[in-house]
Amino acid sequence: MQTVRINQSGLRTDERLERLKLFGLSSPALLMILVILVLPVGWLFYVSFIGANGEFSLENYERMISRKSYARIFWTTFQVSFLTTGLCILIGYPLAYFLSQLPPRLANLGLITVLLPFWTSLLVRTYAWLVLLQKQGLVNDWAISLGLWDEPIKMVHNMTGTLIGMVHIMLPFLILPVYGAMRSIDLDLMKAASNLGANPRRAFWNVFFPLTMPGLMAGALMVFILCLGFFVTPAVLGGGKVIMVSMQIVSNIELFVNWGAASALGVVLLVLTVAILWIASRFLNLEQMTGGGGH
Amino acid sequence: MLKWFNNPATETQVTHGQRLWLYIVAVIIMILLVTPTLIVVPMSFSDSQYLEFPPENWSTRWYDFYFGSDEWMLATWTSVKAAFLTMLVATPIGVLAAYGLHASKVKFVRAAFVLMLTPMMVPVVLIAIGAFYAYVQLGILYTITGLVLAHTVLALPLVIIVTGSALQGYDMSQEEAARSLGAPRWKAFLTVTLPQIRFAVVTSALLSFLTSFDEVVVAMFVSGGDNPTLTRNMFNALRDQIDPTIASISTIMILVTTFMMVLAQMFGQEKKKPK
Repeated sequence: MQTVRINQSGLRTDERLERLKLFGLSSPALLMILVILVLPVGWLFYVSFIGANGEFSLENYERMISRKSYARIFWTTFQVSFLTTGLCILIGYPLAYFLSQLPPRLANLGLITVLLPFWTSLLVRTYAWLVLLQKQGLVNDWAISLGLWDEPIKMVHNMTGTLIGMVHIMLPFLILPVYGAMRSIDLDLMKAASNLGANPRRAFWNVFFPLTMPGLMAGALMVFILCLGFFVTPAVLGGGKVIMVSMQIVSNIELFVNWGAASALGVVLLVLTVAILWIASRFLNLEQMTGGGGH
Repeated sequence: MLKWFNNPATETQVTHGQRLWLYIVAVIIMILLVTPTLIVVPMSFSDSQYLEFPPENWSTRWYDFYFGSDEWMLATWTSVKAAFLTMLVATPIGVLAAYGLHASKVKFVRAAFVLMLTPMMVPVVLIAIGAFYAYVQLGILYTITGLVLAHTVLALPLVIIVTGSALQGYDMSQEEAARSLGAPRWKAFLTVTLPQIRFAVVTSALLSFLTSFDEVVVAMFVSGGDNPTLTRNMFNALRDQIDPTIASISTIMILVTTFMMVLAQMFGQEKKKPK
């Protein structure tokens, strides 16, 4: 009896050691993330509370509240993020629906049109829109020759250009999870709805649409969060007229070498992102998001 | 053909004719998704200073300029080196981590997993300026080492997600069988587990390569001097003016990414067939 108990406890210690050893396999990755990401970001957090005189102060945060220019930057950031997310839903949902109704082989072919821009470098796509939307660009040329408008319209280096580029870049992040949700719906439910007297429109809105909500929410959340911290596309297509938080952070470092101001903005951006993710995680299964977005 | 319009298209008996608007809208969206990027390809072969479509005179002058420019060649070489090294570092480290997290059932695995995904959640600008500051202290600013370290951190979540989900679909008891027959754990992993998750590992490697190759913001801060990346130089060129050389570089980048993704798809597809 005695020996059995000793063996058991010995085995348990062995098992615990084994688990820890296995966990140790992930230590190189953890260490790298810690040193390259967590510690420096922690340092930025610290710096954001240091004032110009080198002592603890909230002036970096106060500046954000007192200065009008900062309010405008946050407003622009939210505006761009909301509009991009909304447009992505309006454009992406019908396409995902169309693809989900096709036979799988055809649908895979159609999905290539979503994946091809997804793979292509962000910078290349932004450049392409810059070329297409400029005053002597293709879009103006064609629209004028078709008689849609008479004078070249300024479509780049402003909000319009930024939104066009952002929507194009974010669409795959919305379409893929929505498509996944639609594919997993049992279409017999639609037959059942019809059978019970719902007209097609009612069957769609009362049965199909609610079932796609998890995918739609995950996709929209992904797009919104990516938009909040986006830099490249607004910097190029906005032409200095659309200033988002991330761009202000960069110019605070590059132009003004003001680490305190940049860090405080960064902390606010991070806190916003984490808060949105945290709230969303109470309602959504976030694993769906990483599964859909990171292919 | 006309009959097709009256055929029911859905379970609720909506006909194809009634849904014609959806088909038209969908096709327009698909065209808008693909053409903007692809249109750069013919434009890059234009002879003109102003990018035109279709080009009036075809030429390869922008490619000649790109391949003849020391500056662009240096940047290309830096990007390719960094992407390869990122792939070589991120893949083994990420696969080890995914395996460790999957096999170990300690309490804090969940917390560790969340920590591993932070590079995806923290705004990349913040990662960039943080790394910039850290590299100044460590003296590795503008070095390939620094660039590869930062890009590896960005690639790790992808490797861990892709490999981790492959491990989820893998039956670990096979490895236990190998071990009960006398193989040490590392050998059981290499000979039994790894061959079965190899497609996920290859996909992870290709994604790591692309993560580094396409990355702009971190490269803007931590690459430069003797080691500027292609994307960094492209971004700076874009801020100034519309340089047609960028069109030729874009075409080459489209080729590289498409090639990598076709490879990834080929490996990924094979996974589904047998079993």
